[in-house]
Amino acid sequence: MTIINASSAVDIQDFVGTVVSSVQRGSRFAGLFASALGNDTRVTAVLDVDGALEVVQTVLAGGHSQFPSLGSLIPSARWYEREIHDLFELELHTDGSNDPLVFSRAPSTERSRSGSGFPTGAAQLGIAPLPAHLRGEGVFTISYGPVRSGVFESVEYVVETPGEDIPHLRTRPFYKHRGVESLFADMSVDDGVLLAERCEGVASLAHAWAFCAAVEEIGGVQITRGAALVRVIHAELERIANHLDSTIRHTEAAGQAVAYARFSLHKERIQRLRAQLCGSRFGRGVVVPGGVAAAPLLNLVEILAAIDPLELAVANDLHLLMDTPSFLDRLRGTGVLPGSLIEEFGALGPLARGSGLMHDVRWRQPYGAYASLEPQEMETRGEGDALARQRVRVDEITGSFRLIREAAQLLDQSKDSTGSQWAVDVPPSTGSAVVRVEAPQGEILSLIEMRDGVLTRVKQRSASFHNLALFSSAFPGDILTDFAFIEASFGLSIAGVSS
Amino acid sequence: MAWIPRGIREGIVTSCYPREADGYGPEFRGSIEVSESSATTSDLVHALRVCPTGAISLGDGKVALDRGACILCGRCTQVLPAVFQFSPNFEISTRQRSDQVVPVMEESETAIFAVQSELAARVKSLRRSVHIRHVDAGSDGSEEWEIAALTNPVYDVQRLGIYFTASPRHADVLLVSGAGAVGMIGPLQHTYDVMPHPKVVIAAGVDAVSGGLLQSSYATRAGISSSVPVDVFVPGSPPTPFGLLHGILMAVNLLAPLRTNAVVKHTDRSVNSPRSGDS
Repeated sequence: MTIINASSAVDIQDFVGTVVSSVQRGSRFAGLFASALGNDTRVTAVLDVDGALEVVQTVLAGGHSQFPSLGSLIPSARWYEREIHDLFELELHTDGSNDPLVFSRAPSTERSRSGSGFPTGAAQLGIAPLPAHLRGEGVFTISYGPVRSGVFESVEYVVETPGEDIPHLRTRPFYKHRGVESLFADMSVDDGVLLAERCEGVASLAHAWAFCAAVEEIGGVQITRGAALVRVIHAELERIANHLDSTIRHTEAAGQAVAYARFSLHKERIQRLRAQLCGSRFGRGVVVPGGVAAAPLLNLVEILAAIDPLELAVANDLHLLMDTPSFLDRLRGTGVLPGSLIEEFGALGPLARGSGLMHDVRWRQPYGAYASLEPQEMETRGEGDALARQRVRVDEITGSFRLIREAAQLLDQSKDSTGSQWAVDVPPSTGSAVVRVEAPQGEILSLIEMRDGVLTRVKQRSASFHNLALFSSAFPGDILTDFAFIEASFGLSIAGVSS
Repeated sequence: MAWIPRGIREGIVTSCYPREADGYGPEFRGSIEVSESSATTSDLVHALRVCPTGAISLGDGKVALDRGACILCGRCTQVLPAVFQFSPNFEISTRQRSDQVVPVMEESETAIFAVQSELAARVKSLRRSVHIRHVDAGSDGSEEWEIAALTNPVYDVQRLGIYFTASPRHADVLLVSGAGAVGMIGPLQHTYDVMPHPKVVIAAGVDAVSGGLLQSSYATRAGISSSVPVDVFVPGSPPTPFGLLHGILMAVNLLAPLRTNAVVKHTDRSVNSPRSGDS
């Protein structure tokens, strides 16, 4: 967790120099974000330097919309630059593509920015087909999406193929862009957390947690131990549900009808348990600035009575699934992401852990109640294929059940000291902070600026956004029928990519 | 082969809904009920102010809640529990947007009957084979989970003759989630246009009904009604699978004939916990 000192902005040359040299010394590039300062634009880079978040800022004066690209030296900066280009209209000096990523403005539209720097309602949309990247005999382009075959979120994959191989793929997530970030401006923190939950609905809890942790950091408050443990219980249930969802998609793609039914049933039971604990199947309304809204609706005995048989049933079916050759054959060697690429890109979550990069915020920089819980022992999975990612998720499901049990027991022991105080008051504060939390998809970054308790700028960067940029690199030896497996093994939500 | 006994050993987990009410009800928040009470105007104004989506309104001293805008955050239930209470009732889909406002206003029954008869006549030929095409028009992703849950063994919509289809050419029902993202208006309208008649459109979730927290902006259009003609409005943030099922059955006029017992009957179908001894 880092408080940002807004007066420390450097000029643009120093900004680029500082970021690039830090990454060359081994720091992980964690994100690049813009915000409006009157007519000026402030650009913020977040770096993970030896496990601590560091922030570098520069201010571009109004009218100076030119920005030297970091993307030629730091590949993972490319999507962040394209996002800033789409929303804040900064011109990038780059050899790479500036195709629309999160918002596709018609070229003829006059520029108009709201006070918070985002486009206004007058912005016209322009969606043009992409020019072909490949030339060659028999090569053709398939536009897969945005309306796809099945119950999926809207996204378009532009696949160029000579028939079976996928030598080139581009991702266009802008169709479902909702402008969520622009709506945070002028909100109270209490309303802001409701919006944060809807940035990426399948990780509502993690987004709310990241948002509230940043608000608490700015306000300088410490939440009660009981509230911290309740957050862990809900966050780990969310992780299990997401990992089961990825498993369900794999079994569906593999035509494993019984396994599909089994894991769908397990996931339904997890969602019902979440509803039993708080009334919402997605844990909405649980995390509030200063703690949690209320005590869990189940006591320790009831929680254990619910999760013990569930854990056993899930473990038994996962054991059989990971021993079913017709399932494993479809995942083994599919969608390989080499460790070198993952490292260079600073990939996040199970995607990175499947390629041997053990990056998990919960254990590298323990936050909240994770600091007092037994860290999860993780076996290294270095194969980098869909099977390795699935194995990571299987391990994490086991770990999450254990964490829920531990947290529930500690919660029961600490109930006297917590009393009935589930949320402490967060005084209306001024400042900005960046905080990270490990969602099921990987690290969420929450950057918050507020004045007197009113939000001025909020950026919820999901792991889905950072990781989806690697999707086009995951098809080296794969064919069209592997597509569903590779997509399921990424386990991302498009709402989190283009919120 | 090892898989088959696993499914059998579990026993029946499939809900009896809509033939019978489902016992799952009390465990989740389906909607907010508004009770008549002697709350003062200043109390009601306070409740109105804490609502993040402006779903609460006051007219002639009477309070009303627009479920089509309510995200079930529950703040009104905390500040004024005498008036606003959580309810497990998920049967809150309506055929007209204005009917999402509760308590239901005095309205001419002939108007409601006319809307019902028009839809019933339109979908008569579908009988009990219904194909659904889902389109995400700017959801937060949770709606897709709940829609996909309809095919799990608990809700198992195939038992009711309801299927999801990949092709809009085979679709009878267009099930739309999301707040009406500007980028999805074209693809959504195109999907609607190529569907054969008769066709029915369902707005799934408050985002699709009204935009919910996502009011009209440069990127969204406060729901999908301005893009396609909506026949059934399903509130919820996100709507639960039962809420969605209720909306789908309402859309194809299958609710009444299937429903033989409106009384809540708690059937133990061992859904909430697995059978022990499962190995």
